[in-house]
Amino acid sequence: MSTTATSPVQGESQPDKGRRPAVSTKPVTWKLPVTLSVLATIAFIFFGLLGPQANAKFGVSSGGDFFQLPAIDVPAFLSGMVLSLILLGLAGYALVLKAKKNVRPPSWLPAVFTVVFVVAFLIWVVGGARTPSISLAGLIAGSVTLAVPIVFGSLSGVLCERAGVVNIAIESQLLGGAFTAALVASLTHNPYLGLLAAAVAGALVSMVLALFSIKYVVNQIIVGVVLNVLVSGLTGFLFTTVMQSDPEKYNSPAELPIIDIPVLSGIPVIGPILFKQSVVGYLMYVAVIVIWVALFKTKWGLRVRAVGEHPQAADTLGINVNATRFWNVTLGGAVAGIGGSFFTLVAIDSFTKEISGGRGFIALAAMILGRWNPIGAFFAALLFGFADNLQSIVTIIGTPVPSQFMAMLPYVVTVFAVAGLVGRSRPPAADGIPYIKG
Amino acid sequence: MLQPPYASGPSLPDTSRLVRVLKLELKGITKRFGSLVANDHIDVVVEPGQIHCLLGENGAGKSTLMNVLYGLYEPTEGEILIDDKPVTFRGPGDAMAAGIGMVHQHFMLVPVFTVAENVALGAETTKTGGFLDLEDTRRKIREISDRYGFDVDPDALIEDLPVGVQQRVEIIKALVRDAKVLILDEPTAVLTPQDTDELLDIMRQLKSHGTSIVFISHKLREVKAVSDTITVIRRGKVVGSADPGASTTELASMMVGRAVSLTLDKAPANPQETTFEVKDLTVIAPSGQHVVDGISFGIARGEILAIAGVQGNGQTELTEAILGLHERAHGSITLDGEELLGRSVKDVLNAGVGFVPEDRSLDGLIGTFSIAENLILDRYDQAPFAKGISMSPAKVLENAKTRIEEFDVRTPSGMLAAGTLSGGNQQKVVMARELSRPLRLFIASQPTRGVDVGSIEFLHKRIVAERDHGTPVMIVSTELDEVIELADRIAVLYKGRLVGIVPAGTGRDVLGLMMAGVSLDEAQADAAGKHSAQRPAPTTAENPAGNTAENPAGTPAANPATTPATSQAPAAPSVQEPGSGAVGDHHE
Repeated sequence: MSTTATSPVQGESQPDKGRRPAVSTKPVTWKLPVTLSVLATIAFIFFGLLGPQANAKFGVSSGGDFFQLPAIDVPAFLSGMVLSLILLGLAGYALVLKAKKNVRPPSWLPAVFTVVFVVAFLIWVVGGARTPSISLAGLIAGSVTLAVPIVFGSLSGVLCERAGVVNIAIESQLLGGAFTAALVASLTHNPYLGLLAAAVAGALVSMVLALFSIKYVVNQIIVGVVLNVLVSGLTGFLFTTVMQSDPEKYNSPAELPIIDIPVLSGIPVIGPILFKQSVVGYLMYVAVIVIWVALFKTKWGLRVRAVGEHPQAADTLGINVNATRFWNVTLGGAVAGIGGSFFTLVAIDSFTKEISGGRGFIALAAMILGRWNPIGAFFAALLFGFADNLQSIVTIIGTPVPSQFMAMLPYVVTVFAVAGLVGRSRPPAADGIPYIKG
Repeated sequence: MLQPPYASGPSLPDTSRLVRVLKLELKGITKRFGSLVANDHIDVVVEPGQIHCLLGENGAGKSTLMNVLYGLYEPTEGEILIDDKPVTFRGPGDAMAAGIGMVHQHFMLVPVFTVAENVALGAETTKTGGFLDLEDTRRKIREISDRYGFDVDPDALIEDLPVGVQQRVEIIKALVRDAKVLILDEPTAVLTPQDTDELLDIMRQLKSHGTSIVFISHKLREVKAVSDTITVIRRGKVVGSADPGASTTELASMMVGRAVSLTLDKAPANPQETTFEVKDLTVIAPSGQHVVDGISFGIARGEILAIAGVQGNGQTELTEAILGLHERAHGSITLDGEELLGRSVKDVLNAGVGFVPEDRSLDGLIGTFSIAENLILDRYDQAPFAKGISMSPAKVLENAKTRIEEFDVRTPSGMLAAGTLSGGNQQKVVMARELSRPLRLFIASQPTRGVDVGSIEFLHKRIVAERDHGTPVMIVSTELDEVIELADRIAVLYKGRLVGIVPAGTGRDVLGLMMAGVSLDEAQADAAGKHSAQRPAPTTAENPAGNTAENPAGTPAANPATTPATSQAPAAPSVQEPGSGAVGDHHE
């Protein structure tokens, strides 16, 4: 049949082109506007109406900076009023958009809301404290420090889940890494060998997950939970039997030095974060960027994502689905292991039981909040690190809020962030579903 | 071999563009899964530059055979020859390297990837360092898209594309990999009639560019329209080859293994008073979308109303709303003046509504329960099957025996798990259960999906018998052939709205356009225009050839009807009278 003969047929079916299955548009719900409104109202009552009268003082520069900036002095009540009114405005805008046009607010809105809320909260907390003054630089630098293991953990999650394996065992990978790093660095007196050993340990823990969930098709959640319990028990046992027997020999790891890049590290606020870190800290930035580029810009990443979204399609194109998954999970474990070494080689100078303290689960939340994207996960992890650090600093300066409530902060942030502010995030379609050929 | 007329003429294969063509041969292919023999010593030769059809019923082993050819399964016995040299495929990668491409029935596309990413996947062009070079892929897509008039945007997300376009992306995927043989597995199952026609044109174009096509189908009309050679497969064996000129009846008999009557003997409807009425029915999905949007219609006693439409246009929600399965349904549904909306499913069933759900393995049966138990799922708590809190297994079995006989369920025993039955027999069990109590309304969704031709005949007869019994009957089907076969009136749904209700005998083109959302008036005008524009329908041209080749003893009656109806052009510019004879042979 010639092409001229077919053309009228194609022309005639034009109305057909726009056809789509009926159920496809994403729902626009009231969840986000309502959450924002409730938060804004709380902010208005506490930060605004009941706000403290004192001035809140924020130190910007620290002693080592190569130039000094003056501290910021804010009248707490006035700024609380202004900021909470802005929050009410933003929430109102979101409500109007939903009610009048039935559209979701632009993506900048929740982000701006979060930032304004956090600033208002800070001013309120500091303004009401016994000593209404904190160092902003210290607050942020501390947040990054606390975020390092969480970032590595969430990167591990991203690597596994993008390939379609749910990694609930991040906690065990962190813990395994921390223990092995302490042991090896103590025995060899070389922190770099400890770091390497931590990566290997994390990878080994992950291989167990990969083997059982991919080869033997055991439920991935169950394997993950079992691994968490197993590694916790194992490291606890070895800690009491081996490490406690001779702490000098087995549990006094050589520490990774802080590498201070001259001049650059003197930049106020961001200098210490970016240019005054341990090897693990620098590795974190590298890992975030490398994994993001690899996932979204390379052939390897395209294949990994295809395996996590539609393994059958990948298989029909000659991609080995289960091998891809196996090596991704292993790699994820190595990344989490490096994160674990941060506890024993940088933050604390020895291993103790349960040193990871549930940060593997926070990392899981950071991965979801960051929408399975390395950069998103990085910022989400920073948010959790910030909440964690804020509660300890605020407890020190003495706030009217009971310290138990402040200790809840990181977890409250987790719940709100994952449930309310993100909206619906979409995991990889084949996440957690084993691939069986045929 | 008989060359259909449309292949000759002005558009002979353009030899300047001919690429290396290959001859493909499957020799004695056998594939066993445990004790099940899916393919039994199958021999097929695909000559270069041909459209070779594998015709067979669901479950005949066509897809298994193609998965063997594509390297997804390893054959138990037998070998594959390419240009007379034996080859072994360890995976799809090997098959693709050998020049074989496959478009699967369920598309193998990643929904959240763009067209270009999907096409590149597995055969990526990279810059140094493994970085993707999608620009190269985009260029190739545009090139192929221009050559065949596909109109595909390389940067569109797959999930935003209509099914027909997604299928073209699959074809592009194969062509980018230099496929010389393209396997199309039931490619028309998801398409509207218009999309199907376009696909058949694409197949002819591909052929003229030198690509061989293996076309897997059980739809006789399409097979006859486009094939050069037909190999018929039944129960895993090649039962013979046929000429595309053979009559549909002949092909159907080969496919099924016995003489089948393709025409349903259906007395004209005798509609009485309208007892079932739906008014302004709207169903709201959890997403807030109106999946059924202000629908009103009525069904009279002794009448079959068929709901036609492409899958996913609100049919499922409509039936679920009638059954009481949807919480957010508004409007009114009345049966003999009683309001059904807002009542529990059990109440609705007890009001005399029989329902055959669209997915029998999910909603119609409990696969691990016995056939006997499945036959009383709706009345397990009623006499005579229940006495107080105890059940009477003897009564259950007795009932099973009667039903199995009455509905011709092929099984050695009623104690067998329902899941072990074939699709057709499972459907008979569901139908037997639903029709075994007095009904005031009978609804059947996709009554013959995945059912063998032999059982289709039986099931259709039962549905018509229920109509003749004086029950209002509602059929939901995405198969236009089935709709045309059964309906006394046809309601077309598009995006949850009722496009229109037309009498039986309305032309296929009109219905097809309506299924794409074109209003009834426009659809009629459009269909009329198409015919006056002298669309060269290849299907009409084949008939002279067909008539000489066919007509073995035993199938003379159906032949005259074949001629107008297999073609798309029964000159139906306007709505026809029901029973005018133009809908004679449509059962494929």
